Amino acid sequence: MTPDGRTQELTGMDPESSSELGRQRQDRSSEATSGPHRITTTATISPPATIGTDPQAKPALNVKLEQLRAFYGNSEQVKGIDLEFRANEVTAIIGPSGCGKSTMVRCINRMHEEIPGARAEGRVLLEDFDVYDPSVDVVAVRRAVGMVFQKPNPFPTMSIFDNVAAGLRLSAKRGGDMRAKVEAALRSAGLWDEVADRLDAPGAGLSGGQQQRLCIARSLAVDPEVILMDEPCSALDPIATLKIEELIDRLKQRVTIVIVTHNMQQAARVADRTAFMLGGELVEIGPTQEIFTKPNDSRTEEYVTGKFG
Amino acid sequence: MSAHSSSAGEPELGQLARFAVSPARRRKDRIARGAVLTGTVIALIPLVLIVYYLLRKGLGAWSTSFFTTDPTGNTFFGGSNIGGIKSAILGTIEIVALASAIAVPIGIGVAVWLVEYGKNSWFAQAVRFFVDVLTGVPSIVFGLFVYIVLVVGTGSTYAGYKGSIALSLLMLPVVIRSAEVILLLVPAALRESALALGAPRWRVIFNIVLPTALPGMITGVLLAVARAAGETAPLLFTAAATLKTNFNLGGFMNSLPVQIYKDVTSPTTAVVNRAWGAALTLVVMILLLNLIARLIARRSRLA
Repeated sequence: MTPDGRTQELTGMDPESSSELGRQRQDRSSEATSGPHRITTTATISPPATIGTDPQAKPALNVKLEQLRAFYGNSEQVKGIDLEFRANEVTAIIGPSGCGKSTMVRCINRMHEEIPGARAEGRVLLEDFDVYDPSVDVVAVRRAVGMVFQKPNPFPTMSIFDNVAAGLRLSAKRGGDMRAKVEAALRSAGLWDEVADRLDAPGAGLSGGQQQRLCIARSLAVDPEVILMDEPCSALDPIATLKIEELIDRLKQRVTIVIVTHNMQQAARVADRTAFMLGGELVEIGPTQEIFTKPNDSRTEEYVTGKFG
Repeated sequence: MSAHSSSAGEPELGQLARFAVSPARRRKDRIARGAVLTGTVIALIPLVLIVYYLLRKGLGAWSTSFFTTDPTGNTFFGGSNIGGIKSAILGTIEIVALASAIAVPIGIGVAVWLVEYGKNSWFAQAVRFFVDVLTGVPSIVFGLFVYIVLVVGTGSTYAGYKGSIALSLLMLPVVIRSAEVILLLVPAALRESALALGAPRWRVIFNIVLPTALPGMITGVLLAVARAAGETAPLLFTAAATLKTNFNLGGFMNSLPVQIYKDVTSPTTAVVNRAWGAALTLVVMILLLNLIARLIARRSRLA
């Protein structure tokens, strides 16, 4: 399989335009690194060299929402959003409860439609193809766009090893050295050193923070190009949260990260860009520092300074 | 300003009285506790008595030959040569095994469809309604149904497999409803995280949902098996009663409930005692099955 095999499988594009795409992506990521940086307070971030060394790894994808609308029955929760998540960047979504953050993010890997009565309109573009195109295989979309949920949810009947392998086994990507793949995913998730000697222990026996990193390892194992995180630290203590945040910082070299968070400090710590949502609409998006220091919209300012929400 | 230092000394009486339990409250509590306890004891009485009589009368009938010989049908000579219940034990095992082999896969399949696909559609609601109706149908009706369709309807005669079909009809609603309840208990978050990994739905069901629900489903299946194993009515006009041990499900087949039913009406004391022995055997068999299944379930569960 070619490194870009999945993109072709999804879009049916010819290899030429696919390599064209690759060049675009490179341009974008170099642009991203020269762009404005996050305001960070963490000094303990580990050297990032451990990630992105896999030659098989696919480049991160640009994600673009065009007039995305999401409904539960007749109630419109996401009201026509245009937004771009740049490759190899961390974009945080902030906003008060019920503003449609999670709903919007769940539209990107088409998990929104798993809720009875829920549907979405508009376009979600992974690079050039629309995940809502009728010809698209939902399963393939979800392999390209991983997801980490609010509550750590390792599969309760499985060991640590099997939990990580589950991603590969469930999506029928067998073959190759399963053990090596599991180890690589656990290393990428910063969990390997803690569990290497008890891979056969039940995944549910780990601490909350470890379970969440196990879930991240599980989604990394399928080698996604985008990872969506829906309040990944809301059930964790500050130390476990810090570990996940360091991890996010390293992972962005390999994937595009979208993180929904209630914690504005977290957005300030991890995100390159931050989007503020209110009542199902996007109020504004910009470099994190700008959103928190000199936002364009007065509602953003009120929210980030704690006047409501 | 340490509020806990006892500079004020003992609390005053007035303060204590504010938090004291009133005698009326205490009385009501005692009456309520007494009522609940009485109910529990009353419910236990028949249970204990059943076990007591089963053991007292049943154990007396037990012997090696009781389990290793077929009933002879000979009730003369004061019941000295009536034989055992071998054919009934083996018949029950065969009939119930086939009934489970029919009802369990179909029942779990229906439950999976209801929970994972049908959900609240009108058809799923209709299925649930009819399953509930089936649960309430008296067991003899299943026996009659199979008798009309498979015995009279085909112009043939009784057979073990026809008894199995009658029992499987009886088990089906129990299996479906219990499996459905258990499947609904599997957290939606597990399905979501598996789907989000890019797993096709059938793999989510087979690799995540069913293993998680397995221990609970085993309990439900066992309830159904236990109920079926003790049924007489569906077997009376489907598998009939016979004396000889039979390994051919196409032929007449004896079973424990039918054997008990026939024996207990006999004028010969030894034959009535054989009914008690058979009843105890049936209870012990179901108990053993329960134990084994629980052990399997415990081993299969990791956490």
